[in-house]
Amino acid sequence: MATTTVLVGSAPRPGRVRAFLFRLRSGDEVAHLLTLIFASAIILVTVLLVFELYRNSALARQKFGWQFLFTRTWDPVFERFGALPFIFGTVVTSAVGLLIAVPLGVGAAIFLAEMAPPRLSDALTFVIELLAAVPSVIFGLLAMFTLVPLLRTIVQPFLKNTLGFLPLFQGPNYGVGLLAAGLILAIMIVPFIISISREVLLAVPVEQREAALALGATRWEATWKVVVPYARAGILGSIFLAMARALGETMAVTMVIGNDPKITSSLFAPGYSIAAVIANEFTEATSDLHINSLIELGLVLFVLTFILNGLARLLILATRRKGTAHP
Amino acid sequence: MGVTMEQILLTPEAGEGRSEKSPTKPAVAVAAKLRVIDLSFYYGKAQALHGVSLDIAANRITALIGPSGCGKSTFLRSLNRMYETVRHARVEGQILLDNENTLDMDVSQLRRRVGMVFQKSNPFPKSIFDNVAYGLRVNGWKSEGTLQDAVERSLIRAALWDEVKDKLHKSAYALSGGQQQRLCIARALAVDPEVLLLDEPCSALDPIATAKIEELLFDLEQECTIVIVTHNMQQAARVADFTGFFLLGKLIEFNDTAIIFKTPAKKETEDYITGRFG
Amino acid sequence: MNYRSVWRKSVNAVMFSLTGICALAAVSVLFFILGYLVWHGGRAINWDFFTKLPKPVGETGGGMANAIVGSAKLLLLASLVGVPVGFMGGVYLAEFGGKTFSFLVRYTTDLLNGVPSIVMGIFAYTMIVLPLKHFSTLAGGLALGVMMIPIAVRSTEEFLRAVPQSLREGALALGASKWKAIATVVIPAAFRGILTGIVLDLARVAGETAPLLFTSFNNRFWSPGWNQPTASLPVMIFTYAIAPYDDWHRQAWAAGLVLLGLVLLANITARVVLGRKLSSAAG
Repeated sequence: MATTTVLVGSAPRPGRVRAFLFRLRSGDEVAHLLTLIFASAIILVTVLLVFELYRNSALARQKFGWQFLFTRTWDPVFERFGALPFIFGTVVTSAVGLLIAVPLGVGAAIFLAEMAPPRLSDALTFVIELLAAVPSVIFGLLAMFTLVPLLRTIVQPFLKNTLGFLPLFQGPNYGVGLLAAGLILAIMIVPFIISISREVLLAVPVEQREAALALGATRWEATWKVVVPYARAGILGSIFLAMARALGETMAVTMVIGNDPKITSSLFAPGYSIAAVIANEFTEATSDLHINSLIELGLVLFVLTFILNGLARLLILATRRKGTAHP
Repeated sequence: MGVTMEQILLTPEAGEGRSEKSPTKPAVAVAAKLRVIDLSFYYGKAQALHGVSLDIAANRITALIGPSGCGKSTFLRSLNRMYETVRHARVEGQILLDNENTLDMDVSQLRRRVGMVFQKSNPFPKSIFDNVAYGLRVNGWKSEGTLQDAVERSLIRAALWDEVKDKLHKSAYALSGGQQQRLCIARALAVDPEVLLLDEPCSALDPIATAKIEELLFDLEQECTIVIVTHNMQQAARVADFTGFFLLGKLIEFNDTAIIFKTPAKKETEDYITGRFG
Repeated sequence: MNYRSVWRKSVNAVMFSLTGICALAAVSVLFFILGYLVWHGGRAINWDFFTKLPKPVGETGGGMANAIVGSAKLLLLASLVGVPVGFMGGVYLAEFGGKTFSFLVRYTTDLLNGVPSIVMGIFAYTMIVLPLKHFSTLAGGLALGVMMIPIAVRSTEEFLRAVPQSLREGALALGASKWKAIATVVIPAAFRGILTGIVLDLARVAGETAPLLFTSFNNRFWSPGWNQPTASLPVMIFTYAIAPYDDWHRQAWAAGLVLLGLVLLANITARVVLGRKLSSAAG
């Protein structure tokens, strides 16, 4: 009865196949195989996902080629589809969102990690992380009935009066539009920036801050000049992650962006994002080309978020490694 | 082979130079429960044990002493093949349990016959009863009725029964450190092992708890062969019939405890005993 | 009196306040949302909401009973897909994984986690809606289920790894085989954490709307079985919110309150049960 030997690395013995079968009988290999199958299922599903995206956008890809990304028209009637207005809308709303969320989020993270007493920090962080759990559609619901009227009646007229010389703040004022979408995105991605940046800042070795303080720096100076730069990569990573989330955000944006596939210079104008147009038009689309174009938009979105997520992870990994590295 | 009760004279042998014999041969004739023959151990490229040979006497307490990193724990864990959880661990040589090669056995069977108690007590997050019953259940014990008896018997053998008989279904973590370690001993005893390996079992315990466990070992050795690794020389002197001194992965000397501590043959042993290093 | 040190001290104080205001602003958003929802939703909630079907378009009254049941069915399907794959995948990574394949699995899991939810909807659409030629609860359940996988994997792996090696060794030393040690000692030890992770995962997908828009679609009536389109809370909120009827807005608030209430309840319970911070979508 040949069983396993422990001489790993020696020449292959005739007992190995019988050994494998024996272990198969005894359960360890079965468990290994079973869990392996499920783990492979994950890879399979992902590959299938990408494949299906690719396959089902074939009509559009073949017809429009790379020009798809640069065409401004989106005309279901005459079947001319271009992604540019949606890429524009997605990018602009995300940019607005980030412009607001990053200073707010990094500032809050600095407060929570460096300046606040631990118990307060934990309590506030708990609440902020709950915010991350709020569904998108609820943000959208609230935005529609609070943010949009606020923008229409107060904020946007104010901006128009004060900064109206900029094309950004000109044009008709509906309330819904790129600015509204950008603002709600900001609110939605702030918890992620705060959460990750705070973790990254907390991971900076204590010695770094202590060294600065020992040299007579104020808390703020130690934070801003030593700790934050040290955690720079990780914070940037959190921004990329937030960006990736913002790009893919569907519901809240759909509800306040105005749903107009135009490229304008005004933030007050209605726009359209990739996710929003897919959400709105998918069930209405009649022709195969229309659906294929929408799916191609989905593919574009997938690739964009894939790249951003990848970059984000590299950056966060880089900070973690740095924090554990010894001189 | 096939002779299980072989009378042999125990000869202490150094790690290298197996022809070299100790000048003071003990005049003891005991059966060897475990025979280790030229055991070498490798973690990847690094060698942790160099050709160790020794015989563990049946129904006796054998202690293994030596400074940190000398390989005594590695040696102990080779006896029940615990190193197999580590990826690049490799063993060469032979270990015979009653003349059966342990390296060829079914490892679960081996571990049933050769039990282990660890340095830091590791009761499972289950009830006291379920902890002790674990080994029995996992090895296919069927009838629940005898399970109660078996658990009670083990707890009695581990001198813990009186303290826990009213709270068998409470969590094992409700016990004190010393009690948890005795629970681990009871758990190991439940499957009736022929050999019990203890890896510095008292290092995390106070003197009273330690004394309780040492007393326990004296009772156990009647039915069981005991191998104990300890960094506490006084413990070895108190408890063990035989002692082996390890240094840098080699077995330097192995003999009656009395001889090791009073008239050691090797200078390294003497240096360690008298505290000149380690 | 050093001018420079006064300046530095005031900068310190100002930045302290500024960053504190940022944190406060972030926190107050949640309270604002809650407050608004409780106010508007609370007024709108009545017994009808939980028990009645939607009324025909334009009529006031009715409820979202079908949406509540629909969401429950979708979550059930989602867990049937997401939990086994996620759990077993996590067990593989924590207990069996080889180096390169584990890396591949982890990488793919992270990738899947970053897929926008609407793209997940497209996937389920191509896999189920297209072949069957109609919307169904099944398709919606698949979309949500696949979304559940990454967090289930990560949660399982994390809590399994947190089980001390000494417990595994203890089980092995008693003669348990590797899989028995895992099944009878390691997994029970990690069970609480894994379960909580799955509950959180469910809470997350419960609020997802986008993947349902063209998979389970919507339904103004009951949806028996698994093969028909079904109403769900998030989709109803969306549909009612963008519609021009005030009564529908009222019901949207009610639904929002119910949905958010459940999600927050799950999250708060989970964090309290675990007593420590859980990692969010980050790596």
